[in-house]
Amino acid sequence: MHRAFCWLLAAFLALAAPAYAAEMDARLEPLVRGLGAGSYADTEKALAKLAETGDPAAVPVIEALQAGDLHVRKPDGAVVVAKRSGNGYALTDPVTGAPIGEADRNAVEKIKVNNALRRSMSAALGALTLMSPNAGTRWQAAEAVFKSRDANALDALNAALAKETDEGVKRAMTQARASVLLGSSAPDDDKLAAIEVLKDRGDQDALALLNGAASGGSDAVKAAAEKAVAAVENRLALWGAAQNLWYGLSLGSVLLLAAIGLAVTFGVMGVINMAHGEMVMIGAYATFLVQEAFRAWAPGLFDLSILVALPVAFLVSGAVGVVIERSVIRWLYGRPLETLLATWGLSLALQQAVRSLFGPTNREVGAPSWMSGAFQVGGLTITYGRLWIVVFAFLVFAALLVALRKTWFGLSIRAVTQNRNMASAMGIRTARVDALTFGLGSGIAGLAGVALSQIDNVSPNLGQGYIIDSFMVVVFGGVGNLWGTLVGALALGSVNKFLEPYAGAVLGKILVLIFIILFIQRRPRGLFALKGRAVEA
Amino acid sequence: MAAAGLALGFAAGFAGPASAQDTIKVGILHSLSGTMAISETTLKDVMLMLIEEQNKKGGVLGKKLEPVVVDPASNWPLFAEKARELITKDKVAAVFGCWTSVSRKSVLPVFEELNGLLFYPVQYEGEESSRNVFYTGAAPNQQAIPAVDYLLEKESVKRWVLAGTDYVYPRTTNKILEAYLKSKGVKDEDIKINYTPFGHSDWQNIVADIKKFGSAGKKTAVVSTINGDANVPFYKELGNQGIKAQDIPVVAFSVGEEELAGIDTKPLVGHLAAWNYFQSVDTPENADFIKKWKAFTKNDKRVTNDPMEAHYIGFNMWVKAVEKAGTTDSNAVIDSLVGVAVPNLTGGYSAMLPNHHITKPVLIGEVQENGQFETVSKTPGLVVGDEWSDYLADSKDLISDWRAPMSCGNFNVKTGKCGGKGS
Repeated sequence: MHRAFCWLLAAFLALAAPAYAAEMDARLEPLVRGLGAGSYADTEKALAKLAETGDPAAVPVIEALQAGDLHVRKPDGAVVVAKRSGNGYALTDPVTGAPIGEADRNAVEKIKVNNALRRSMSAALGALTLMSPNAGTRWQAAEAVFKSRDANALDALNAALAKETDEGVKRAMTQARASVLLGSSAPDDDKLAAIEVLKDRGDQDALALLNGAASGGSDAVKAAAEKAVAAVENRLALWGAAQNLWYGLSLGSVLLLAAIGLAVTFGVMGVINMAHGEMVMIGAYATFLVQEAFRAWAPGLFDLSILVALPVAFLVSGAVGVVIERSVIRWLYGRPLETLLATWGLSLALQQAVRSLFGPTNREVGAPSWMSGAFQVGGLTITYGRLWIVVFAFLVFAALLVALRKTWFGLSIRAVTQNRNMASAMGIRTARVDALTFGLGSGIAGLAGVALSQIDNVSPNLGQGYIIDSFMVVVFGGVGNLWGTLVGALALGSVNKFLEPYAGAVLGKILVLIFIILFIQRRPRGLFALKGRAVEA
Repeated sequence: MAAAGLALGFAAGFAGPASAQDTIKVGILHSLSGTMAISETTLKDVMLMLIEEQNKKGGVLGKKLEPVVVDPASNWPLFAEKARELITKDKVAAVFGCWTSVSRKSVLPVFEELNGLLFYPVQYEGEESSRNVFYTGAAPNQQAIPAVDYLLEKESVKRWVLAGTDYVYPRTTNKILEAYLKSKGVKDEDIKINYTPFGHSDWQNIVADIKKFGSAGKKTAVVSTINGDANVPFYKELGNQGIKAQDIPVVAFSVGEEELAGIDTKPLVGHLAAWNYFQSVDTPENADFIKKWKAFTKNDKRVTNDPMEAHYIGFNMWVKAVEKAGTTDSNAVIDSLVGVAVPNLTGGYSAMLPNHHITKPVLIGEVQENGQFETVSKTPGLVVGDEWSDYLADSKDLISDWRAPMSCGNFNVKTGKCGGKGS
């Protein structure tokens, strides 16, 4: 008897569960349909209702809307998830995820979203996914509620907080709760506690909320908020200085990359190479071509494309450099004015050649996944792209230093530049060394092009923006001295970044130029002047 | 029968060389090299396409059109030289050209001296009206003001960053916007103006600054008049520092489909642009235009943009005015151009106004993942181009009317005299 009852109960439950789910689906159905009603305002209303149900089944629907996959099927107005397949769309039910056939391209219409809707969607998803089994999702949900400050999410937040075991997520949820409470009509005690929590968070977002609180509410709350604002601002000011230092380092590393090739062609060889920027540009276009090849033949390995582009860019730019040296520059050694004019003409010719080949518009060079995004160190935001460029700049610098100091080729370069006749007498083929040295400088410029393609336009004008800066760095650091180039680049980068917040970008640049002019007046040979016979040669 | 055929052949044979000599020349004055080539080359191509189309329809006044392309190489004084060459040496009937305001200012005296015709297709800062120039791009009230209105109303923005490149268009536009925002009750401390040099590429601390400015507890937006090449690194930095459109939207006046073609737009979805035309506009005229453009350039990936539509409108207006006047004589065409209305690509008609500006709809679009814009707001009717801003003290009393009795570009309604600012 007892056992029979158990069986019955189990059978009943087994039957009832899908029935219950179906009933929930049926409840969501008209709300989902409402998403496709037409105007943004209608979609927003339907979304609000959908979020109000608190039903986790609504999550995939909102996610589909967020991803732009939600469409309206034209004949019957049903809202479906449509994904590209071949020439048409494969349709699935937004709630159950069951496939419901295919549709022609013109038979479905995408449900458009705007910024207001995007905000509502993150808020709704935040409130709905607070109980997700995945800690990462819960953390994101808490952050979404922190931003949306949705008072309706408070109950869900309290329930989630009570169950939360992960420390990090718990902190995020407490902060989200504080954010909601501060914006609501909660009693003062709650608000004061919330202010403390936000003060501990201490970032820009917290500051925004505290500033809001400091401008309204009761006197006690106002006073506490003002105090918290002052504390957070102090903390941020400290981090701000550190951030400027990082920006300076990052700009300095870009300048270093752009200038280091010039440190070889101009610094070591003494060729005033106005086409240096175009070598950088060629390196960037080589990156573009390598990426195109990856897109066409190995899209799965796209993340490696930049690494493959490095040797390609080095060889292409280097080869162009060797050709330029053999065909133009070698006839002009010892005639700086003619070299300047000839290389300037070359730079224009190269620009126009690239413009004719690739068109005048920018080319898209994608960032591999390991170079996109940012991370936080305390109050510092460091973007991965910039971090890798800094690392790369120093690696290139170190490699060049080793190549010049420790290899036979480096020895030949130094020998030829210091005393051409003597080197020739010792059996060094000076003409070949000249060509290879110029190729080396150009190749390094090509490497810089790979890095710059990540932060700047890949257009025929890319190089022009860096040529002045490069010369500035090399001259400031001391012609012919690699360490000078390093110090010069970092110094100019940091000075620029520390001036910018106070003087603005335009005036900042002017001040740096004036500083360099004055500096060169005092020390014509730059920071680290070469001494001895090499100078007279 | 055979004789008739022969006669026809002869006639055709005669007509050939005769019409080759007797063409109407149209000047195209866009930079094909130098920094501005990135934007202007496209406009040269679109003009060649429009002329080819018109010739297929039989030309104008029974004559074929002949394009004369010159390259002012992004060099402002060279613009004036080339303009002079087009008018005096090539004897072109009209010139379509210029992009930057400084290039337009450079050619302006040449066109006025030689009584030429210039169609200028780019959105600009206003504060100008010349008898010889037809402004088919947007005046500030056809782009900047509606964009700010959208942010005020739909996004309830309270705090504003006006970021621009340091030259005449951003400076004048920002001056107008600042005055406009203050008239709407925005306080001084809620407006931040920032200028950067041309081609600025390191945006790290400016973007961080914007983030900081946005954390004062009030909804913040950025109005960007950043020009040309500087936009790509700017948007890349925005994406890297995680500034999302839903938190701090950026509305740009110089970023179109062409500029977005060089960027990965995924992190930028939702940022805004205000134009009078988007490639995504769903009208039969536009679909036709895009199809022809892709066929003409033999490239399925080429995009269309707002200044291209301006040339489309301007060219059709010129054709219509020439046919109305029955001659290509400058004075006759200038007079007959006012009042001419032609279809634009967004499903309406644009008309040439007495102040030599045109009527256009204003569209606000959000950037999509595919690099296109999705229209989120469109003015209900057409907006009349206003050359002298109502929000600047020294130009609010000025109007321009180039029709016969008044014929003045800067008539002061207070003093009742012609000749105010800019004369």
